[in-house]
Amino acid sequence: MHEAACRIDRVEKAFGDNRVLKDITLDLPAGTVTVLMGANGAGKSTLVKILSGVHSKDSGTIRLSGSEFRPETPADAIRAGIVTVHQNINDGVIPDLDVASNLMIDRLAENSYGFLLKRSKLFKAAEDIARRMDLPVNVRRPVSDYSIADRQLIAIARALSHDPKLLILDEPTSSLSASEAERLFSYIERMRAEGVAVLYISHRMSDIRRIADRIVSMRDGEISGVFEGESLDYEGAVNAMLGHRMTDVGIVVPEQGKAVAELKDIRLIPTAKSFSLTLRENEIVVVTGLLGSGKTALAQALFGLHPVHAGSIRLDGQEFRPKSPGEAVARGVFMSPKDRANNAVIRDFDITRNMTVPFLRRYAGLSFVNRGAERAKAREMIDALSIVCQSERDDISTLSGGNQQKVMLARWLAQRCRLLVLDEPFQGVDIRARRDIGHKIRETAGNRATLVMVAELDEALEIADRIIVFSEHAVVAEFRNENVNPNDILTAVAGFAAANQTVQAA
Amino acid sequence: MTLNEKDATVAQEGKPARKDGAQSRNAIDFAIRFGFIGLLVGLVIFFSLAADGFSSPRSAVFIFQSVAITGILALGVTFTLVVGGFDLSIGSVATSSMMLSAYVMVVLEQSAFVAIVACLVMGAVIGFINGVLIVKTKVPDLLATLGMMFLLVGLQRIPTEGRSIATGMTLPDGSTANGTFSPFFLQMGRHRFDLVLDNLLPISVVFLLVIGVLVWVFLELTRHGRLMYAIGSNERAASLTGTNVNAYKIVAYMFSGVLASVGGMLLAARLGRGDIASGTNLLLDAVAAALIGFAVLGAAKPNAFGTAMGALFVGILLQGLTMMNAPYYTQDFVKGAVLVVALVFTFSLSGRKAGGH
Repeated sequence: MHEAACRIDRVEKAFGDNRVLKDITLDLPAGTVTVLMGANGAGKSTLVKILSGVHSKDSGTIRLSGSEFRPETPADAIRAGIVTVHQNINDGVIPDLDVASNLMIDRLAENSYGFLLKRSKLFKAAEDIARRMDLPVNVRRPVSDYSIADRQLIAIARALSHDPKLLILDEPTSSLSASEAERLFSYIERMRAEGVAVLYISHRMSDIRRIADRIVSMRDGEISGVFEGESLDYEGAVNAMLGHRMTDVGIVVPEQGKAVAELKDIRLIPTAKSFSLTLRENEIVVVTGLLGSGKTALAQALFGLHPVHAGSIRLDGQEFRPKSPGEAVARGVFMSPKDRANNAVIRDFDITRNMTVPFLRRYAGLSFVNRGAERAKAREMIDALSIVCQSERDDISTLSGGNQQKVMLARWLAQRCRLLVLDEPFQGVDIRARRDIGHKIRETAGNRATLVMVAELDEALEIADRIIVFSEHAVVAEFRNENVNPNDILTAVAGFAAANQTVQAA
Repeated sequence: MTLNEKDATVAQEGKPARKDGAQSRNAIDFAIRFGFIGLLVGLVIFFSLAADGFSSPRSAVFIFQSVAITGILALGVTFTLVVGGFDLSIGSVATSSMMLSAYVMVVLEQSAFVAIVACLVMGAVIGFINGVLIVKTKVPDLLATLGMMFLLVGLQRIPTEGRSIATGMTLPDGSTANGTFSPFFLQMGRHRFDLVLDNLLPISVVFLLVIGVLVWVFLELTRHGRLMYAIGSNERAASLTGTNVNAYKIVAYMFSGVLASVGGMLLAARLGRGDIASGTNLLLDAVAAALIGFAVLGAAKPNAFGTAMGALFVGILLQGLTMMNAPYYTQDFVKGAVLVVALVFTFSLSGRKAGGH
């Protein structure tokens, strides 16, 4: 193994009280692809942002080829030789400009460039870069003429034209097809051969198997595992990322009621395999799987946000094909979406009003809202979920993340339903609120079917009666949550993802 | 009203950090909530002392009358602001409505009833088209309604080849228009009720008050108003609770169009002709009133009460300045200055994110 191109030593970072990075020490060797894995909120994007000069670290040192590296701005980082390609490709290129301008844009931004644009020089320099990188593009055409993969390669080519010491790729294949990804990998291999240290962030097991020389897992702001050597321990890496401090919650799988929702031969997207799934009363089914495995697509299909590609859903024996959330709610299918800040919280509303949005009709006569009735209901739900607040009229923004999440849950628990779908209900929630929410979900599960999407295994084990592993938009394994060996689940989560991807790539 | 009740609880429950910090925080809260009302009261007192005859019922009514049409348009645009949109076409909808009512009565020689129905339908249809352009074809609200504004400014001139409409005018085909404004229609702009004094209260002011109360009731007390606010605050979240976001947005633009057409009819009734040169200031004045309304009682969001107060504020200021012999050409400058100050109140001091633009 080569010497360390970048050495991160005891780096810490906190946002307010929230310690996002705790004592991170990590070497990134030259000529090596290091894969960084971590669930949402593990701290990997904060680490990347510190390396690329977006955030500054609180303490610790970063050394680049032996000399200390202290970037103030992203431009400093690029000049020092740390180049980042972000996940969202359109953050990396400007579609309306031609390829040449895109390749040269950071040169144009330098003060030394001068005032006037020298077009012929610009094209010539860009063609040089394109040739050096084997980029099959006409630099005079706008970037919008090219495919997503080409755009990604253009962004990377620009990054590489700076002769980086460290190249950071954040989920670069998330919108690429298998063959497009393969082109990207051969680029990365060339970079590796030229002695560039590559930090590669991904959840796709197929990518990781293809390209990783070593794997670093992060969890709760700490490095939870470093895996390297001849044969990499992929399961160990996933385990270290998802983690499971066996929290004994003593799930007793109860007697199940009648079938509520029957999903038959469902294909969520054209390329996915089909699966069938029956959800019963008094049963909590947890769907787990890596990012992008299709958990959210399933939740959205059940809530009428987009149709399934093939197959049928029956709700209490009747055909169920909702075209809008409104229709789903009318049929008794409720869904609490993930990412509550964007998808659920109505910032200008207080607790009461946030809770009553879906069922305002129930608190209204002749369209006039009965404020007494809705507040009474809000107080009832605040007690039931032990939401910490001064009164039911507090602004939602004054609550902590966990309590906000409880309000979002209360929104849907306030009325009876047939099927309750909860997408990542524990996102950004502290351990105490997580327990409360888990208890409440189990306690109220009697008369409905419940489907919960979570990425973290711990959370699944805490509330599930049955655990379904999702991969490539289909069910790949199923476990009854009694004396289940977490490692079996992890194997399914990590293994099937890879197996399926290889099949597809071939 | 509930807005200030709610804000009051928040203010009281503001984190009890350090004492002096909490105190200055409370002072700022107080300034945000009552600053504009205080300014309004101060303005009235100042003009009462400085300008002879300002503090009389007639002067008060005159102020109301001067803001009635703008205020009705502003209440319409408030709907679109509530759902997080904007309607730039209200001014031209109003002038189109003025021209249409004149055309129907003077050229087509129809009754006042036909004219009123035609104008209301036109307002609703234009609002509907605006809404569909925005929610279905995804044209950004400012651009869609800007396009509609240009379209209407041109359209209203075509039937008469750019001339104003009045009885006895020559039509493009050479004939003379013999129709007249019906007396009933003219009453809408000119009749005055007796209230304390004879002939005190103009009908347009009654329109403003009634519409203002209705809009306030709708937005504050009904579930439809609540859902419109939810859409304005977080459209995605609202749709994920099963709310039909597109329908509410289209309805908001239709309300805006209908209220603008009402304003246009009142203008036609007041002028007694379809005056091609009138109503140029309506859009900016109405938008200013609605935006000033954000600052009233620290609402930091569009609201009917604030909009009415905003319109009144501008009216009082202009009337007072006129009575103190300020030249007419300073009016727009004063309005602009008030708007800028109000926006600073809303966006900078209150620190709460406001909806709309």
